[in-house]
Amino acid sequence: MPARDRGSGHRGTLARPARPGWAGRAGPAATSPPRWEGPAVVVEDLRKSYGAVRALRGVDFEVGQGQVLGLLGPNGAGKTTAVRILTTLVVPDGGRALVAGHDVARSPAAVRELIGLAGQATAIQEELTGRENLDIVGRLYHLDPKTRRRRAEELLERLELADAADRPAKGYSGGMQRRLDLALSLLSRPAVLFLDEPTTGLDPRSRLAMWAVIRELVAAGTTLLLTTQYLEEADELADRIVVVDQGRVIAEGTAAELKGRVGGEVIEFQVLDRTQLERAAAALAGLSAHEPSVDPEAAHVRLAVGERGSSSLVETVRRLDAAGIATEGLAVRRPSLDDVFLALTGHGAASSDGPPTPTRPRWGRGH
Amino acid sequence: MRAEVDPLPPVVRAPSVATAARSALADVATLTRRELLVWLRNPSLIFFTFVQPVMFVLLFRYVFGGAIPVRVPGGYVDFLMPGIIAQTSAFASFGTAIALARQVQLGMIDRLRAMPIARSAVLLGRLAADTARLVVTVVLLLGVGYAVGFRFHNGIVPALLLVVLAVAFGAVICTVSGFVGLRIRDEEAVGSFGLVWLFPLTFVSSAFVPVTSMPGWLQAFAKNQPVTIVIDELRALALGGPLQLHAWQSALWLAGIALVFVPLAVRAYRRA
Ligand SMILES: Nc1ncnc2c1ncn2[C@@H]1O[C@H](COP(=O)(O)OP(=O)(O)OP(=O)(O)O)[C@@H](O)[C@H]1O
Ligand SMILES: [Mg+2]
Repeated sequence: MPARDRGSGHRGTLARPARPGWAGRAGPAATSPPRWEGPAVVVEDLRKSYGAVRALRGVDFEVGQGQVLGLLGPNGAGKTTAVRILTTLVVPDGGRALVAGHDVARSPAAVRELIGLAGQATAIQEELTGRENLDIVGRLYHLDPKTRRRRAEELLERLELADAADRPAKGYSGGMQRRLDLALSLLSRPAVLFLDEPTTGLDPRSRLAMWAVIRELVAAGTTLLLTTQYLEEADELADRIVVVDQGRVIAEGTAAELKGRVGGEVIEFQVLDRTQLERAAAALAGLSAHEPSVDPEAAHVRLAVGERGSSSLVETVRRLDAAGIATEGLAVRRPSLDDVFLALTGHGAASSDGPPTPTRPRWGRGH
Repeated sequence: MRAEVDPLPPVVRAPSVATAARSALADVATLTRRELLVWLRNPSLIFFTFVQPVMFVLLFRYVFGGAIPVRVPGGYVDFLMPGIIAQTSAFASFGTAIALARQVQLGMIDRLRAMPIARSAVLLGRLAADTARLVVTVVLLLGVGYAVGFRFHNGIVPALLLVVLAVAFGAVICTVSGFVGLRIRDEEAVGSFGLVWLFPLTFVSSAFVPVTSMPGWLQAFAKNQPVTIVIDELRALALGGPLQLHAWQSALWLAGIALVFVPLAVRAYRRA
């Protein structure tokens, strides 16, 4: 599958010779082509177990050069395991993984030269300032002092950390720490960048800021594999989405395609009187191209309504009112990971770590 | 169309041995720098690095010292200082184990492992920083010792050798602790485990009392374990007496421990 062409602005960085040769190079040669053919990441039948837990049970996907792939899945789906294998931290039990043309199991050293990683854990040394953290990582990549300083300044500027650059990272907000962590992973100008849940735990404002930063990177042509639990995030940032569940790929496509399978926007509400649940579902029949689905335990109804969210909402209210059904929490919203799971598997995106949390609605199929 | 094109990977030349060694040394230097910067930024860390040993000197010199009969030139304080120095050097390794376990827990080790740096660099950087701290600690302890009456009786060269041996001993114990930290990976467990092996090893030795004052079954262990052997050599260096036997025994022990635990620790790092 051809990668979406994002221009060749960054490609020069892919072509750098091995360390320490490239240490002295000041900047990317903008016109040189990539040095390897084929996708940036190839994953074939990848398997990994931890004792009895089968974290990955035969996963396949590809990321084209310059493409952004979103690996979407609930807790315990195997996202981090996949990233850890691709970044040479864990050796797979079976299957094959290539990053920038190198087999991660056979030539991990070559892979490490070419990748960047930021994610659930942090590389930040809290006692040191932002600038010192960048300096240390620059030294570890054997960048010469001038390059090291120039790139650090660039990144501090771009990630809006310039004002805090000389304060210890201990005092940074969560969002700032994530941005600094991202800066550390970008310092070597990696050919392929891996971001494991880059916005988990951030407040909405910091999340938006992080998205803006990532979007900018992506516009500059960075090949990116990002994992997330949020359909919305994958939608915002990724060209293509691979949905994983319990160590398997259960769907693959663009955000639009996935949302299409869900049926677009979703109307949902709770019926106050459980005995009216069936009647509520019946009242909505034919309202959209999709069947309403009912969760009897939570007295919840949800209905995919395509792109006509607000007009369908009006119609829903009218019909429920006519049928005399009292509801609570009636709303129209954008489809979530849970909706994708419901559409694909018939059950919600319960974590595969253990039993589903009791508060999470267990959805039954509509009738 | 996957995997039809044979990939042409970016050229990553296998470096020559000399280049690899230079590059590894640079990585060790960088990580040493990081460790020392962190240490210097942490006034409380600095404080406690020094307070505990000074406290021990005062405690044993003035509280227990009077009750412990020894036959050395300047009395108990001369007996005590080599022991305290060795014990302090060994206890310094707590910090190594805890810091490395913490870095594994935080995922920092993962991030370093995903970078193109030498596999041994994180451990060796930590050890180099520990060594620098040990030098400062040992010199400081000798200063405190002098203030409370300790004196070298054997000249300047043996005195310098005492510093070297004490620091080498501490660094070697740090390799064991480095392995423990990277292997157990849990800050609290590592702390408790440190107590379990370091306390018996340093107290059931000639550090604070003559081994001959212990019951026979304990003497057998106390006499022959490496901490006693190193302390006896430190004492000989400070106070005079036969040097050679304990010198080569000490060297063998230290080399042996390092040869076993450095590779073990590097392996634990690779699998962290
Ligand atoms: N080191 C490990 N030891 C044992 N089990 C593990 C280990 N790492 C992962 N697992 C298990 O493998 C499965 C997949 O975990 P993984 O971390 O890859 O999921 P994830 O998709 O990243 O989840 P999350 O969204 O919570 O980060 C889980 O059941 C997890 O408990
Ligand atoms: Mg994860």
